[in-house]
Amino acid sequence: MRASDKPASPLKSARLKIWRGTSRDNGRYEEFDVPFEDGDSVLDGLVRIRMQQQPDLAIRFSCFNANVCKECTMLIDGEVQYACIAKLHPGLIQLDPVPNLPVLRDLVTDSLSHKERF
Amino acid sequence: MDEVIELATDVLVAGGGAAGMFAAVAAVRNGAKAILIDKNVIGRGGASIMAQMTCAAALGEAEPDDPQLHLADTLEAGRGLCNEDLAALLCEGAPQRIRELEAWKVNWARADDGKINQVKAPGHSRKRCVYVDFLSTGAAICAALRNKVSRNSDIRRLSNVSLTDVVTRDGEAIGAVGFDVESAAPIMIKAPAVVLALGGMTKMFKRTTSPNNLAGEGVGIALRAGARLIDLEFLQFYPNGHLAPRMVGLDPTTWEPTRVKLGGRLLNGNGEEFLQNYGEAQGERYSTTRDALTYAIYKEVESGRGSPHAGVYLSFQHIGESALRAALGPVIEIFKRNNIDLTRQPVEVFPIAHYQMGGVEVDTDMASCVPGLYAAGELAGGANGANRLSGNALPEALVFGERAGEKAARFAARRKAPAWDMSAALPEVELIRAVRGQNEGRGGPSPTALMSDVKELMWHKVGPFRTARALNEAHDRLCAMRERGLRAAAVSRERVHNASLVEWFELRNGLLAAEALALSALNRRESRGAHQRDDFPETSAQYEKNQRLSLTNGKLVSSFEGVERARLR
Repeated sequence: MRASDKPASPLKSARLKIWRGTSRDNGRYEEFDVPFEDGDSVLDGLVRIRMQQQPDLAIRFSCFNANVCKECTMLIDGEVQYACIAKLHPGLIQLDPVPNLPVLRDLVTDSLSHKERF
Repeated sequence: MDEVIELATDVLVAGGGAAGMFAAVAAVRNGAKAILIDKNVIGRGGASIMAQMTCAAALGEAEPDDPQLHLADTLEAGRGLCNEDLAALLCEGAPQRIRELEAWKVNWARADDGKINQVKAPGHSRKRCVYVDFLSTGAAICAALRNKVSRNSDIRRLSNVSLTDVVTRDGEAIGAVGFDVESAAPIMIKAPAVVLALGGMTKMFKRTTSPNNLAGEGVGIALRAGARLIDLEFLQFYPNGHLAPRMVGLDPTTWEPTRVKLGGRLLNGNGEEFLQNYGEAQGERYSTTRDALTYAIYKEVESGRGSPHAGVYLSFQHIGESALRAALGPVIEIFKRNNIDLTRQPVEVFPIAHYQMGGVEVDTDMASCVPGLYAAGELAGGANGANRLSGNALPEALVFGERAGEKAARFAARRKAPAWDMSAALPEVELIRAVRGQNEGRGGPSPTALMSDVKELMWHKVGPFRTARALNEAHDRLCAMRERGLRAAAVSRERVHNASLVEWFELRNGLLAAEALALSALNRRESRGAHQRDDFPETSAQYEKNQRLSLTNGKLVSSFEGVERARLR
């Protein structure tokens, strides 16, 4: 057997309820079932959804689970958290864009310095 | 139709990691105006910020040292293939850049006597590697450089801009085309000098330490612009990559700095030490270079002596809790959140794709063979030969970035604004428009699914141990994906943050990079450094040569030439 082919633990399932839309008023929640192993993060789940179910889901991330780029900030069950370190758990998890910033699309907000934009 | 955003500058720098940010700083201090773009966020995307610890520079603070000793170690690790002038530039330039960063408030870890701490990383003959606690070297460097670029009004910063092509006229770079990730609007940037600092292609492997953005685009873009590549077959697999249990909140490279600080025992699945069977001297201190260690771990697992997840164990159980705490500080809490208690359990590790030694062939001005086109950082090939020393990536980014920025600024000043060639730029602009929405709703694979296939293929067929059969298979599949897969991919029509569009262009350039890697690996019929062929297990004197690749009439053409020995010194 090759490294990384073997699941670390039996698969569980989380249901992610995700805000989809181009503002806080114009949109809806969509729900996705995501298989996961113990220790997997919310970002792992979102990447899996993009890969297998909904490639046009908009999220920000760069460093992937290392928690240094800080791009994946979102509201997870009502609390501002990094998706890359928040763990998946069985049952419903609600994801919203961070508050206090304009929503661009889905979980992506206008979080960049305006001096780095056109 | 999307309106095209048109910009102009003296020096365009693509890539907002350490090399790109330093290039922008150096360009403006040499009188140029610069535009600095990043697909993600300047100073946050890319690999630099993920670097945890070692940054090599012969400062001589911890013990007497000299850049020439650093150079000798670098050449030794490069297994005969380093471009000696580039390696010398790296080693001789590193101390100045480290001091400069110190002046810019990078807080290098210090000993009680006030001197900068330097640790001895594997393959170095001296205590040479500076760092920022705890495991924050890359983050500290990026924060300082980000601060520096943001305070200079001659640098225009643009985050969330993806570069897709360098535009050439009569074989010379005259600017670039890309698009705004936020709006999908195409962008044309006219510039007499372009610096590519887009990193390597390690994202194209399933097991990788890469952030989400190192898809080999710099390699593909440079090839298509007419630049040559050098030694692309040498891709470093980081030996102690985290494997199990699942750990988030920390880079999978975390175990090497931990070993450098504390020692740490590598054990096979039977709980036995095994490095002595692969040439390392007895004892727990860690000195084996990365290529040799990757070999040892792979072969141990292949022989049926692996750990439960098919890796090996790394144990710190012989080290007391207070020593662990002193060395790791708050990192211990991250382990705890992942249910890892190093005093009670080993972790499992296995090699993981980490760094591209080869890349765009450059001279000591960081100039490619295309006038006006420069490369720096991981994307610039040659300095590290067949294997990179731990700690040489950050000084490479800093020294080469600074050099590229300075030389690009001087070139731009001499050249003035070249005539723009709309007929060269427009097809690329049209492609961006055409790809958005292509095959939407027709059931084709998404770019992200295609990317996942590439990663799987590269990991299994173009990994650290290679055969002609596997490489041929990979090469043929990569060609097919590049020729047909891209056309069949279904791309969302969304304008705002359309990741499918970003990934399609990552694949367009990254598949060419992956194909170039597979072909280079196929051509080198020997084993050397990070390139190990199961069907050609010996190092061959006949191959003590650099392999160059160029794209001629749409085909990759390879040639082997003698190594550039120290010409200038």
